[in-house]
Amino acid sequence: MNLRRDVFQAIADPTRRAILLLVASQAMTAGAIASNFDTARPTVSKHLQILTECELLEQKQNGREIYYHINAKKMKAVADFIEPFRQMWDDRFNKLEAIMKKYKSKK
Amino acid sequence: MERKTKVNAEDGKQELVITREFDLPVDLLFRAYVEPEIVEQWMGTKVLKLENKKHGGWHFETSDASGKVVFEASGTIHEFVPDQKITRTFEMENAPFPAQLEFLVFEPLTDDTSKLSMHIVYKSVALRDQMMQMGFAPGLNMAHNRLQTIVSKLK
Repeated sequence: MNLRRDVFQAIADPTRRAILLLVASQAMTAGAIASNFDTARPTVSKHLQILTECELLEQKQNGREIYYHINAKKMKAVADFIEPFRQMWDDRFNKLEAIMKKYKSKK
Repeated sequence: MERKTKVNAEDGKQELVITREFDLPVDLLFRAYVEPEIVEQWMGTKVLKLENKKHGGWHFETSDASGKVVFEASGTIHEFVPDQKITRTFEMENAPFPAQLEFLVFEPLTDDTSKLSMHIVYKSVALRDQMMQMGFAPGLNMAHNRLQTIVSKLK
């Protein structure tokens, strides 16, 4: 990937949003983050790299382990935050709709 | 897919409204919010408690692959009217965010379509903005990939 790294690009991706949500609740190691996803570990590493390059995540050494922390200051710098938020809800409701259509068709 | 979800968040207000029209009859839309088995599928979280009644409570948690809890949220149900409305509180455990108040209104549009309005009230303007920036919202959906798997299994 050789795309421009900006916060909008970073938060446009559902997996990266999920990673941010995860890390927002507590600092985590890359391994702990990856265990939450079915995605291959290198894919999660790539997402973490992008989020770190955008400064949405910060790495902090804690003993032998590197923990990822959320960078709240950078998150606040996201000027137009309504669109990503809307997209997240749109994704979620699309899933709800898809699932309920299956329930309907089972009847 | 056509974008049917709208978010209305006025500057300087500590509330926001999310509206969405569904290609589902209103009873089916409502079921997605009350049946634990279905809630677990689209929210990607485990339902520990979901008492669909006034004075009832709800409690969701999500664990990682090793069984460690990575997300936990709970609240109280203040109003519950089948196929019409749910009023509830929402609070994340172990997170620096206070409880928020949610008014969910379900309306039929036609026999096969319906509309959901979620009116969420936060403790302060700053907290509302922070929650939106973080992508935080009621019923966090962090297990995105897992949910996709479930949906494709149902196909």
